[in-house]
Amino acid sequence: MTKLAFTDLLAKLRLSESGDCLSDQRWEQVVRLARSSGLVARLALYAQRFGSFRPPESVAWTLQSAHSYWLAQQRIVQWELYELEKVCSFLGLPLIVLKGSAYCAADLHAGLGRVFNDIDILLPKSKLGEFKEALKWHGWYQLPLDRYDQHYYEHWMHELPPMRHIKRGTTLDVHHNIVPETCSLCPNAQLLLDAAVNIDGTAYWMLSPEDRLLHSATHLMLGGEFDNGLRDLTDIDLLLRQACDDDADFQRKLLARAAQLGLALPLFYALWACKALLHTPLSDSVLHELQSTAKLGRLRLKLMTAILLAALRPSHPLCDGLGVAVARWLLYLRSHWLKMPPQLLIPHLLRKAWLRLSNSEAH
Amino acid sequence: MPSHDAARVLQIGPFRVRIHCDIPAVKQGLDRLYADYPQHPSSVFCDFQIRLFPPVGIRRFIRKQVIFAFDQFIPFKPLPYNQAMPFFEWGLNWCISGYAHRFLIIHAAVIEKHGKALMMPGTPGAGKSTLCAALVNQGWRLLSDELTLIDCQSGVIQPVPRPVSLKNQSIDLIAQRYPDAIFSPVVNDTLKGSVALMKPPQAAVVRADETAMPAVVVFPAFQPNAELSLAPLSQATAFMKLADLSFNYSVLGSVGFDVLANMVADCRAYDFAYGGDFDQAAETFDALLGDAAS
Repeated sequence: MTKLAFTDLLAKLRLSESGDCLSDQRWEQVVRLARSSGLVARLALYAQRFGSFRPPESVAWTLQSAHSYWLAQQRIVQWELYELEKVCSFLGLPLIVLKGSAYCAADLHAGLGRVFNDIDILLPKSKLGEFKEALKWHGWYQLPLDRYDQHYYEHWMHELPPMRHIKRGTTLDVHHNIVPETCSLCPNAQLLLDAAVNIDGTAYWMLSPEDRLLHSATHLMLGGEFDNGLRDLTDIDLLLRQACDDDADFQRKLLARAAQLGLALPLFYALWACKALLHTPLSDSVLHELQSTAKLGRLRLKLMTAILLAALRPSHPLCDGLGVAVARWLLYLRSHWLKMPPQLLIPHLLRKAWLRLSNSEAH
Repeated sequence: MPSHDAARVLQIGPFRVRIHCDIPAVKQGLDRLYADYPQHPSSVFCDFQIRLFPPVGIRRFIRKQVIFAFDQFIPFKPLPYNQAMPFFEWGLNWCISGYAHRFLIIHAAVIEKHGKALMMPGTPGAGKSTLCAALVNQGWRLLSDELTLIDCQSGVIQPVPRPVSLKNQSIDLIAQRYPDAIFSPVVNDTLKGSVALMKPPQAAVVRADETAMPAVVVFPAFQPNAELSLAPLSQATAFMKLADLSFNYSVLGSVGFDVLANMVADCRAYDFAYGGDFDQAAETFDALLGDAAS
């Protein structure tokens, strides 16, 4: 029963298949898993835009409600970008939008039903100080952090500490790279900035199609958190499908870019999982080539893909909780291992574990 | 976690709610106050999965608490154990106002006569629940004492009759005036003071799928010993006051604007001050609805 619910959800998320006609009971389980994975609005949009399935009426109300919520978020993002662009143009900088906000601004398929909590943008590192100062004049302030976290962001991270707007309450993440600088896979940010493309009909910019996919894949594999893993995987599926439709040569360009930026490994895992779970149309030769670029051995492949499949299951009792938790914890450790050298990592993890322990006792 | 068959599935207005709870106060509360609500087999699609349970650890024994969960999500801090039944009501309000965006949802009591609805929006303390409880006991049909659901497609009001939540002095006032009314035990020391839930009349629950046309909006303001007064409001003022009291006006965007503007255009709206004379209020509202018919 519990495995069935996840299989049912995956079937609804596969764009090239129509899936079974589900009973009400199975639909309820699909909606519950989708809710815990931030995917209800996405299901709504899949039914509406792609007609890949037809929900029964009782389910349709739930989907429609999530759809309304998503539309509200679209309006909020558009307004925030409009306001942020003023700050950027004052400084003579292009506003480069990342992730969910970019998909929304550019009306990409990956934006369909995509819900998120913060606006993400990318700036050259040299402009961060100036930009942060300008943000203050427009009502943005940094959320308070202790000295350790402040130091962590300033020296090791690829983004400023989160900013919040004093009136509108929106959260803003200002990035200067897509992975932390302490990470061995950290690409040259200038290459990303140089390849950014204008979003048609707007003054905003976003990463190139290849870099968007690479960013999403690295975020999934190195972000350390898998709470939104399945949602991120559907992003990658949508990004890839649309990019391939727009450009027949896209997969080859993607491989070349992954090699150039040194991100073949996270891309391999992300695409592998996409194909395995969502049946994303991808040739085996693409995966093979990535695997050899990333110098990924057989044993490591087997181990990692097994952990990855477990971690991508929604964290919900309908979906076998313990295996998911263990897999997510292993990938959390792995992401930190890749992101930080051991002399930074070990004290950092000890500190986090201590904080978690003392916090849970205080409750 | 309670086993799956411990759940009951209730039809509450347009919503199907799956409730898992082993806490005696909630079971008794549901038996008593929700006796007339249709029950479904567990195989139906449910909009909300609600669990109420005590936390693990020390707080299970010392200063016992209760947790409210919407499926796996826990939106609130735990409350004292004895508040479990009102917590169920507050939590369900939260689920509806956050996840039922096919309706424009306004923080208002709403009652019906002759197919026409009279809304009483109000900030806490304005006396809407008390007035609502009184009128419901005088033959008006309860559509909701807390959440007015306006269907975005048709503009009609969708009933979601629930137990009426009465606070502090209102509890005795209504219980003495209407001795036939059935109440939950009084729960003291909640954030809202003492709270008791009044069982909705059976007719209101049975007719929960009969929608009503919005006709009159009164913004009640209870002041002890005040003279009854009724002051007409302009459409624009009524609109702004209602938008301000809506839970999801901003979520619905232009749809919400249109639904509310259409409703306000079809309604008459008043500021209503009264000193607690229910008969006088009922007469006034009867006259208002009578006028609205012509």
